[in-house]
Amino acid sequence: MTLYLEQQCSQIHHNKEVNSLMSDTLVDIQNMSFSRAERVIYNDISLQVQKGKITAVMGPSGIGKTTLLKIIGGQLSPQSGSVVFAGENIHTVSRKRLYEVRRKMSMLFQSGALFTNISVFDNVAFPLREHTKLSESIIHTVVMLKLEAVGLRGAADLMPSELSGGMARRAALARAIALDPELIMYDEPFAGQDPISMGVLVTLIKQLNRALDLTSIVVTHDVTEVLEIADYAYILAEKSIIGEGTPAQIKASKSELVQQFLQGNADGPVPFHFPAPSLADALLGKSTQDSASNSTAKSEGGR
Amino acid sequence: MNVFVNLGATTLHKLQAIGNASLMLWGALFAVPRLKNIPLTIYQIYVLGVQSLLIIIVSGLFIGMVMALQGYTILVNYGAEGSLGPMVALSLLRELGPVVTALLFAGRAGSALTAEIGLMKATEQLSSLEMMAVDPLRRVIAPRFWAGMISMPMLAIIFSAVGILGGHVVGVDWLGVDAGSYWSIMQATVEWEADVLNGVIKSVVFGLVVLWIALYKGYSAIPTSEGISKATTETVVVSSLTILGLDFVLTALMFGVN
Amino acid sequence: MTSRKTELLVGIFVAITIAATLLLALQVANKGVSGSSETYTVFAKFDNIGGLKARSSVKVGGVVVGRVSRIYLDDKELIPVVQMEISMDYINTFPETSSVSILTAGLLGEQYVGLQPGFIFPGEDPIFLEQDSFVVDTKSALVLEDLIGQFLFSRDSSS
Repeated sequence: MTLYLEQQCSQIHHNKEVNSLMSDTLVDIQNMSFSRAERVIYNDISLQVQKGKITAVMGPSGIGKTTLLKIIGGQLSPQSGSVVFAGENIHTVSRKRLYEVRRKMSMLFQSGALFTNISVFDNVAFPLREHTKLSESIIHTVVMLKLEAVGLRGAADLMPSELSGGMARRAALARAIALDPELIMYDEPFAGQDPISMGVLVTLIKQLNRALDLTSIVVTHDVTEVLEIADYAYILAEKSIIGEGTPAQIKASKSELVQQFLQGNADGPVPFHFPAPSLADALLGKSTQDSASNSTAKSEGGR
Repeated sequence: MNVFVNLGATTLHKLQAIGNASLMLWGALFAVPRLKNIPLTIYQIYVLGVQSLLIIIVSGLFIGMVMALQGYTILVNYGAEGSLGPMVALSLLRELGPVVTALLFAGRAGSALTAEIGLMKATEQLSSLEMMAVDPLRRVIAPRFWAGMISMPMLAIIFSAVGILGGHVVGVDWLGVDAGSYWSIMQATVEWEADVLNGVIKSVVFGLVVLWIALYKGYSAIPTSEGISKATTETVVVSSLTILGLDFVLTALMFGVN
Repeated sequence: MTSRKTELLVGIFVAITIAATLLLALQVANKGVSGSSETYTVFAKFDNIGGLKARSSVKVGGVVVGRVSRIYLDDKELIPVVQMEISMDYINTFPETSSVSILTAGLLGEQYVGLQPGFIFPGEDPIFLEQDSFVVDTKSALVLEDLIGQFLFSRDSSS
């Protein structure tokens, strides 16, 4: 077991030395455009994720933030532009190489996505059993350590259906760090959590990032929580990046859209009302054509 | 004009779906097989094969018994009740065994597969497998496919055998057909290669079709509750129709007039 | 995921399948005799093969000794030739003088080839039917129309 830890430590130090010679950008997206079935999701966006830092990606619901993570992970391919992870272009490497590169990154899905037919322990052990040839006793120790890091060592033998939402997410987090990846992507980790769970997750993300020398991308719309821990943040809206910077810079941003987002205002550049004909016409049961001719008649005749 | 546009669009859509399904099958089958997945396959044989045993045996028994009953009432008019044995045996081995087993399999195991895989897709388990650098085609789809391919012919053979025994119980023990002639005329008429093996070949082909449809429908299901229920119904309907259509083609090929 | 119970049940499943297969093989299809692959080929020419089909049996006194493998029209003489596969168990058993006829099993049953072994003169070295032999003495199938014609003709002539 000590041998394994030693190997991990030396690996981390080796990586640090090698990477300090390379640039500090772990993920580099340049001019990426992506559309799905005629609908443009991203239009020529560029963003960089710095190594060892927590980068937040925020934006209104439905903007396609999960899609961005899937693009970084290689599950979706952009129509144009490049996505470079640790010096390799994700979408041009061979399938075999892509699978090898994916071992260095992991993703925490919104629902945790634990495998429901096996226990928590087996879930966390899964990547170890798949990708390493470690003996069962070493795997047992590593799994217990990972579960300890997220505070679930006592729940190792439970089935995923027996866990609460927050616990399931923490278990999934333990699985995500099982192979000590370089990058973790969190997809809406705070969604629907009670304040205590939220606090636990926020602390965990920050601690793990520092302790394991990770790089984290947190996709969320929980502004307050993520700005507490993020080193850098991007705000996505309307198919592009409308704001970026450190949390302090973002809070001081002059953009109306950014401010509406930060303050949580109901109305502003993102309208409250879904486009519809005027209320008066809807109540009177007139069609849009009727109301158009009526309003012109009225405006001509004067009220 | 609109009719043709829609027809063209639907045809293209279906062709695309078939292409997608073929890619999925190719990726699942012809990737280098890994010994690690054998325990998974064995577990799937349990899920798909062993748990279908009850319905297969009960159905086979009753169908064999009904065939003997119905067959007897007709054959006795020609004094040919001795031919009850080959009648039951040939009907089961050539047609009812493979076809009914496949239909039951599609309804029970096929729908379960579609629902399970659709649900795994909806809860992002398949995505997380991919992100963990594990190919979901090899890990989830392939074991289920091979387990089903192994189980289907086995179930069909058991169905036919149980049916013939059921026919014996009704014909010989109940209706008084001579036990000796039940078996001996059957033995004289039924041929190993032509009847039994052809029936097995049919069940293998049906198994391939049912599994392919069930796995693909699950894999490509829309990850909502309506999407999954739609995919599950489609599996059962499309599999059943394809089985019956293929049965005609295979029967014409194997037993048709030369 | 694979517990002992699962493996046990899968094993039982396989065992049941093997039992069913054996049942089908031995009891139902009686693979022992009809599946024998060692055969020799014998030909016979007939005027009319009636309802004889490929895979019909060849019987001696009711015992199945082989199967009809092919029926075709001889391209020179334009008469039907029946190709039969006789089991190797009966090699060098039937003399050349044996006769074959097309008989019907039961009143409405299938037609089969009945082989009547020929006479063996004691003291003589008999020549047996072997691979690719032709049986010379053949009796064609009874055609119903001919029978009726004969019957009517004989009635006519007698009245």
